[in-house]
Amino acid sequence: MILCKVLGTVTATAAHAAFKGRRLMVVQPLDEQQKPLGRSFLAVDNVASAGPGDTVLVLREGNGVRQLLKDKTLPIRSLIVGVVDAVDA
Amino acid sequence: MYLGRVLGTVVCERKYEGLEGARFLVVQPLTHDQKPAGPVEVAVDTVSARRGDLVYLVGSREAALALDPTFVPVDAAIVGHVDAVDA
Repeated sequence: MILCKVLGTVTATAAHAAFKGRRLMVVQPLDEQQKPLGRSFLAVDNVASAGPGDTVLVLREGNGVRQLLKDKTLPIRSLIVGVVDAVDA
Repeated sequence: MYLGRVLGTVVCERKYEGLEGARFLVVQPLTHDQKPAGPVEVAVDTVSARRGDLVYLVGSREAALALDPTFVPVDAAIVGHVDAVDA
């Protein structure tokens, strides 16, 4: 998993059925100093409480996502699995 | 998953078994501020996207899972038609 900052949300009315009713967020990967590192990407929010400015824990592995969401055919690759309170590094 | 802009279509009559009827589009991957993020790629379309549309995609193994049948040689799929990016 990686640390990311939530930048905002993506809205899409026409989407694959697997994305219906899910919150899709723009996240920016962070380094150990919590500075931006690399390109932003999109992740589904599974904790349902992450908002812009939050530091979050992002899982980027499709099999893990399918286990968590209990659906063996989900075309989802990145999932927000935690909202980070503190990083001591 | 990532954002992209549809640049055009790819016509491909002979293709791998399971991909009959699949629509291929040329896509420029984008960052959240809609700047190019890496090289242009070809993605299979699941949302009837058109040239100029802002879309989001899923890559790797998950791209094939967006299709039916799911065991097909695809590594990028357009899975959403973006209305707005608030970031």
